[in-house]
Amino acid sequence: MSRTYSVEPWVVDPLKGFVAEADARMVLLMTPAGQVIAQYGFTRAVDVMAAAALGAAIVSAAGAVARMLDEPVFSALNHQGKQHGIFLAGFDTPRGRMVVLVVYGRESSPGLVQLFFEEFARELVAKCPEPEAPKPILAKDFERDLNETLNALFRA
Amino acid sequence: MTARLQRALGGVTRVRGVRGALIVAREDGLVVADALMEDIRGNAVAALAASLTRRIGEAARASGVGTPQFLHLEATGGALLAAAAGDEMLVVAVTEVGVNVGLVRLEMFRAAEAVQ
Repeated sequence: MSRTYSVEPWVVDPLKGFVAEADARMVLLMTPAGQVIAQYGFTRAVDVMAAAALGAAIVSAAGAVARMLDEPVFSALNHQGKQHGIFLAGFDTPRGRMVVLVVYGRESSPGLVQLFFEEFARELVAKCPEPEAPKPILAKDFERDLNETLNALFRA
Repeated sequence: MTARLQRALGGVTRVRGVRGALIVAREDGLVVADALMEDIRGNAVAALAASLTRRIGEAARASGVGTPQFLHLEATGGALLAAAAGDEMLVVAVTEVGVNVGLVRLEMFRAAEAVQ
């Protein structure tokens, strides 16, 4: 059974709603640097890390092409295969830009994913808390924070 | 191509009570062409109509009655109609309550022929 995992509790309900409405098989919510905020459907940590790194790289490469063409940014990318498609899109929140990677199957469609992505993004922007002042990174906290994040994303 | 599609939709939207019509990519649920009143969200209608048609198609094939050619979904505030236009497209119409469905259906099939 697939479950939703998140390091930010306010993300969970909008993500569950999006997965149900868009019939998504897997979803990653991350920063443009590839730092994972929430995930649905991935079962192995290594897959999440690889997908996040590749998704961030695609967004970065598309951004570079956009700059070459004097476009502000490409808002969404869609690739369709025979059995699966991927949808990759970014949006701005009070906490900075976020990127969503969606893997969908034949039970869904690019139109459905795009439609409910727009609602998902609006809901996240509405629920996003104000950014916190950055805390100093202390060596003694680092491992604990890292473990908490990993536990939140890959609860065994 | 775009002008041809718009002409095809024009026949549907000229029927009294039709609030909008679209040509939708069947598999993708994306709008190919539309003629809609302002308050209708074309991308939402396209995505959901394509999804609905696909699922009803699965049910129909499982029932052994073949591929649906026309879908009529009646709601309290109007109706959603969808007609197959070949294997790849759909002609979709959004109507008010009490519209002459027979006439809309005829125009939708004409539009479907023009699209193919």
